[in-house]
Amino acid sequence: MSILEKGQIVTANRLRDGIAVFLNRSGQWSERIDEATLALEPEAAAALEARAKADEKATIVTGSYLIDAERRDGRIRAAHIRERIRTLGPTVRLDLGKQADGTAGGFVAPEGA
Amino acid sequence: MYRYDEFDHQFVRQRTAQFRDQAERRMKGELSEDEFRPLRLMNGLYLQLHAYMLRVAVPYGTLSGRQMRQLAMIAERWDRGYGHFTTRQNIQYNWIKLEDTADILSALADVEMHAIQTSGNCIRNVTTDHWAGAAADEIADPRPVGELLRQWSSLHPEFSFLPRKFKIAVTGAPNDRAAVKVHDIGLRLHRNDKGEAGWEVIVGGGLGRTPMIGVTVRDFLPEPELIGYLEAIMRVYNLYGRRDNKYKARIKILVHELGADKFKSEVEAEYARKPQASTEVEERELKRIAAYFAAPQFDKLPRWSAAFEAAKLKNADFARWARNNLGVHKVGGYAIVNISLKPEGGIPGDASAEQMRLMADLAERYGSDELRVSHYQNIVLPHVRKDDVFAVWQALDGAGLAAANHGLVGDIIACPGLDYCALATARAIPIAQSISRAFTDIDRQEEIGPVSINISGCINACGHHHVGNIGILGLDKKGEEFYQITLGGSPSEKASIGTILGPGFAGHEVAGAVGKILDTYLKLRAPSEDFIATYSRLGAKPFKEALYAAA
Repeated sequence: MSILEKGQIVTANRLRDGIAVFLNRSGQWSERIDEATLALEPEAAAALEARAKADEKATIVTGSYLIDAERRDGRIRAAHIRERIRTLGPTVRLDLGKQADGTAGGFVAPEGA
Repeated sequence: MYRYDEFDHQFVRQRTAQFRDQAERRMKGELSEDEFRPLRLMNGLYLQLHAYMLRVAVPYGTLSGRQMRQLAMIAERWDRGYGHFTTRQNIQYNWIKLEDTADILSALADVEMHAIQTSGNCIRNVTTDHWAGAAADEIADPRPVGELLRQWSSLHPEFSFLPRKFKIAVTGAPNDRAAVKVHDIGLRLHRNDKGEAGWEVIVGGGLGRTPMIGVTVRDFLPEPELIGYLEAIMRVYNLYGRRDNKYKARIKILVHELGADKFKSEVEAEYARKPQASTEVEERELKRIAAYFAAPQFDKLPRWSAAFEAAKLKNADFARWARNNLGVHKVGGYAIVNISLKPEGGIPGDASAEQMRLMADLAERYGSDELRVSHYQNIVLPHVRKDDVFAVWQALDGAGLAAANHGLVGDIIACPGLDYCALATARAIPIAQSISRAFTDIDRQEEIGPVSINISGCINACGHHHVGNIGILGLDKKGEEFYQITLGGSPSEKASIGTILGPGFAGHEVAGAVGKILDTYLKLRAPSEDFIATYSRLGAKPFKEALYAAA
């Protein structure tokens, strides 16, 4: 049985190019959701958020916010479809975005219509 | 051909230089996001799901070959090789970097283009009939009036901080292709009993979360009085428009809350003050601007083109495309070519850089160097000799641009939705694709005839779903996408807002539901009755029964 952990991660857009990024354990912003730090406690989430706000001031990222996510087998999955699409790219252009750059989350695009 | 004047050149260059400085200050941290956001939005730069998005204004949807080529260059150099033509006759790029934006604005300025007034609480890019200057039913080209309004409203200090965004549409033809009744102000040219032309002024239409059909505040306004009269409307709006709640800030809410009569009397009282009694300036300006939109030199041609008729007889695919995708031109021997950007299973409104270049080539070679972007997310070559239409079609066909579905089921309007847009609640494009694939049989599309399908990925209604004959609105229900269907909307001179049919559908059920609606129409229609006419005659009931009958 794999362990399922639920918590929050912090995401933002990189200031210079707008690419969706996630705050990782070493305090860097990664394009890969799998590298995000998953906060399991509210205090940890608040710390992530504070770090993100500081990086906004430092003009690294913009528009940061916490999102609900879960980790299973070392891979992180955003809870909401909007955030899943942000970690993949447009579901109608699989040749573009993270899914094409090799930085996508470890799940397939939400099924189209 | 539309052109800038010297003033425009200077001010667009200045604005680009200002933005370059602002973006640099933002990246150095001298400006916060809160300070920078309104500045970037004033230049059409949004932050979306995957990157920044740049919305470029295409005034009246009018482009030259050179401009279209520059749009292609920008797509290749700074984006991912394509662009998205929008329901506001603009183009959007989806993968823009903040650090490149000033260079892009500069490249746009090189071809007299910009991204000003594509965002923010100002008078937005004025839209018109995409067949302007070409349509057989037209009384006069509406673009000079649009341009007069643009020059009047651009950076107008009194109208730079309105309660909310403000959209104006203008049509010079009785068949309204500019959806003037669902704009903040719609202007419609018509003739009185004496045969003189004048403008009907319609105020307070709009879509979004509170869809409304506008009310006529003046039935017949002489053209030179337009600026003075619109100024009066804007002043009443600026004075009384609500600023406490952004969802109640559009002029439609003011017209609704005051009541049409009270609103009219306020406008008339303001107009009667007439700060400038004479309309001499407007008359002079209109004359000057009209020269910018002078029609191309049309050849004297027979109405009937032997080459065109012969090509139709020889090639059934061409004949079908010609039947569906050509509009009637005001000059004999010419046709309006509608290029559908809705290939089977494609993304409505998207065009690759190569396709843009090909369309630019065709405009230069066969179309008096003119292209139009339509709010149906298609491209128009407004002036093509019938003798050349077959050659144009062959070139389009080779580039995947010959979909023969103009005005039919496959000609679906869809906003970018949750695949790109930060505001969206559900995806719109995959729904368009699934409907398109369900109707690959073009014979069936022709049998069904004219019908419009509009899809929006959120309540802001960029896909204009309220005025689709069949409207589809994507919503979020506890993290799942679901879709509401409305019927009976129309953006035409007989504008109407669609009615919600019943409970919503999951994404994979929508195409089937649309199929049932259209089957019901085919069963119940009277001879030569199009979808919207059948709906108007019968109402929602038979369609509801078909959709929600117990299985």
